[in-house]
Amino acid sequence: MLTVRLQAEIFDAGTETNTFLRDCGGAGAAVTFTGLVRSLPGQAIEALELEHYPAMAQKALTALGEKAMDRFGLMRLTIIHRFGRLLPEEPIVQVMALSAHRQAAFDGANFVMDVLKTDAPFWKKETAGGKEDWVGAKSEDDFARDRWQK
Amino acid sequence: MKILYFAWLRERLNRGEETIDPPADIATVSDLMDWLAASDEGIDLVFENRDLIRVAVDDELVEHDETIAGAETVAFFPPMTGG
Repeated sequence: MLTVRLQAEIFDAGTETNTFLRDCGGAGAAVTFTGLVRSLPGQAIEALELEHYPAMAQKALTALGEKAMDRFGLMRLTIIHRFGRLLPEEPIVQVMALSAHRQAAFDGANFVMDVLKTDAPFWKKETAGGKEDWVGAKSEDDFARDRWQK
Repeated sequence: MKILYFAWLRERLNRGEETIDPPADIATVSDLMDWLAASDEGIDLVFENRDLIRVAVDDELVEHDETIAGAETVAFFPPMTGG
């Protein structure tokens, strides 16, 4: 079963994980990834604005989720992605994968995150020191995605 | 045909969408970009480095040589930075 949720509202990573693990059909492994709004010493930010293309984001994440379910034989996959204004330490994205054995859940969640970063229509704008800047795409993200090509 | 712009393209153009009626000989995304750039100085500027422009036709990511025949919506945006 695939669930894709796009929302402006904050979510609780632990609550989402517990809900995901309920009635897990005898699965042997669950992997949860939570992406947070980074604000490290020396690179602190005040806020993050996430712009998205709603129709395409829903379609792209659904297609990606279906591909991951199929490729790694996942029993259940949930992708939650926020948009709008976010603050440091808030969750941005959560990917949860359930499978019979651990490797499929690890790989499935990893694959979804790597492809999502470069192929799902979201754009980050950071506010730091009162100044707004669009976050540039990183070439390492392209490499991370391309290593899944077969 | 509806055109959408996102992120810094939208900001620099001061609009997120517009409706256009390209001539019949505009066959591909690339043709459409040439035509838009020729008709609008602002678009010409944001399309300056074409390698940085990603395109979706009817909500599907495509290459610049993709056909736009029958397309209802074409979206232009920078490389994506979600997650």
